[in-house]
Amino acid sequence: MIQHVDNPIIEVHDLTVSYDKKPVLWNVDFTIPAGALVGIIGPNGAGKSTLIKAVMGLLPLSSGYTELFGQKLNDVRKRVSYVPQRESVDWDFPASVMDIALMGRYGQRGLFNRITAEDRSIARQALEQVHMLEFANRQIGQLSGGQQQRVFLARALAQQADLYFMDEPFAGVDAATEGAIIELLKELKSQGKTILVVHHDLQSAAEYFDWIVLLNTRLVASGPVKEVLTPTLLQETYGGKLSLLAQVGDIASSIGVGTRE
Amino acid sequence: MDAFWIILTGSLVALNGALLGSFLLLRRMSLVGDAISHAVLPGIVVAYLFTASLTSPFLLVGAALTGLATTWIIETLNQKARLQHDAAIGLTFTLLFAIGVILVATFAGQIDLDMDCVLYGEIAYVPLDTITLASGLDMGPKQVWTLGSVFVGLIILLVTGYRGLSLTTFDAGYAAALGFNTSFWHYALMGAVSLSTVAAFESVGAILVVAFLVGPAATAFLLTRSLKWMLLIASAVGIASAISGYYLALWLDGSISGAMALMTGVIFAVAFVWQMVAKRQ
Repeated sequence: MIQHVDNPIIEVHDLTVSYDKKPVLWNVDFTIPAGALVGIIGPNGAGKSTLIKAVMGLLPLSSGYTELFGQKLNDVRKRVSYVPQRESVDWDFPASVMDIALMGRYGQRGLFNRITAEDRSIARQALEQVHMLEFANRQIGQLSGGQQQRVFLARALAQQADLYFMDEPFAGVDAATEGAIIELLKELKSQGKTILVVHHDLQSAAEYFDWIVLLNTRLVASGPVKEVLTPTLLQETYGGKLSLLAQVGDIASSIGVGTRE
Repeated sequence: MDAFWIILTGSLVALNGALLGSFLLLRRMSLVGDAISHAVLPGIVVAYLFTASLTSPFLLVGAALTGLATTWIIETLNQKARLQHDAAIGLTFTLLFAIGVILVATFAGQIDLDMDCVLYGEIAYVPLDTITLASGLDMGPKQVWTLGSVFVGLIILLVTGYRGLSLTTFDAGYAAALGFNTSFWHYALMGAVSLSTVAAFESVGAILVVAFLVGPAATAFLLTRSLKWMLLIASAVGIASAISGYYLALWLDGSISGAMALMTGVIFAVAFVWQMVAKRQ
């Protein structure tokens, strides 16, 4: 089930990405409508993070191309924002929460122009949106995992982009942060922004997203959530692993252990 | 007056090391500084063969290019040959250093460059090699001018490139996603490390310069969680090491550069113990 749309905000065309000649993404081809809140779902090693890194131009492509807003990435970079995985950086880096939020302005402002009062006010607003303004002067090394994730989101918000790519923003965060993030995503969506989120948890996927991309090296499905989250397509995405997961879930609940980390 | 020039030379070496070392430490690249300081040796020997001067600008440039080549080889071995970063560093700098050692031995008759000087430097002789203008005015030691120029260049790089360096150090992937050239900042930093290592090489030698790249930055990292303060504290620690090291060497009647390098370790140890005690309370 791969549903293509007219005037897509994202077009991924015949994309293949390899590490050491081993393909991680194989001939992936889909389109995303503007204003969608999209979940990229698939098992570990399915190439979900690779997909958004490839679209952001962070990895060499073996073949294919991607277009955003119908243009090449370099022409629309200021309209695109990227939230890397929280674990991808060293949080012992000497910086305050405000310093990180301000980094979101570097793209618009350039590295050599002065950061203005307007930039600071935008960064403060972004921190406010993720409820982190009161921690603006806190050193980032002192934050909890959920707070670190919110700072990363604030940095992306400070870019004031129209299109957001988020790599596992729900990984290892507390329930309060997860709730705050999903509120924020829905608010962004209501402002007409498009958001792609790499996501792990199948249970919440149906509730969070309105468009789903199912991925396992190859594209399994791309379309509205109700048409994509079907047992057949999930089975195809997760293969034997899904039934295994279901069994683990059954066992865990029978002995009273939660399966969520 | 000699004491002043020696301490000034040591302080400039320490300042350059402290500022660059802070970024190296945060990039987990402190050992790359070590690698560069050794690997520039063949560049220095070859440039010296052509210019017959240890303070010629060509020598600085030649050695700086060797330093850049070193980092490029390390990155290539790491990415293309999938060699671990530490193994790539070890392989590269020992190889280049060995070539340098062989060159020094082979051309020993033609050049005034012996291994002791290469390894440990001769900071005590710095005041002897001065620049004298045609009018007969003594402008002070050549080394101070060389190190001073590198320091000024470094300040310009840090002031204009502060955001570029800090962004690419903290989150290179995000910097690339914003459209910035992370390789440019990587090589700008590595070029600066090469230049300041070569400039420091005559006074403190290839081994001790590493102490100034790592010690002050590591001490500052223990004490603060603000990048600007880290750079300032590292600089202060560097200068304190140079001054206290000089007087320690006088008292011991020993190696001045050795004592200065020792003091970077001593100050780190004091900061470390102080931090442990402070945490307990």
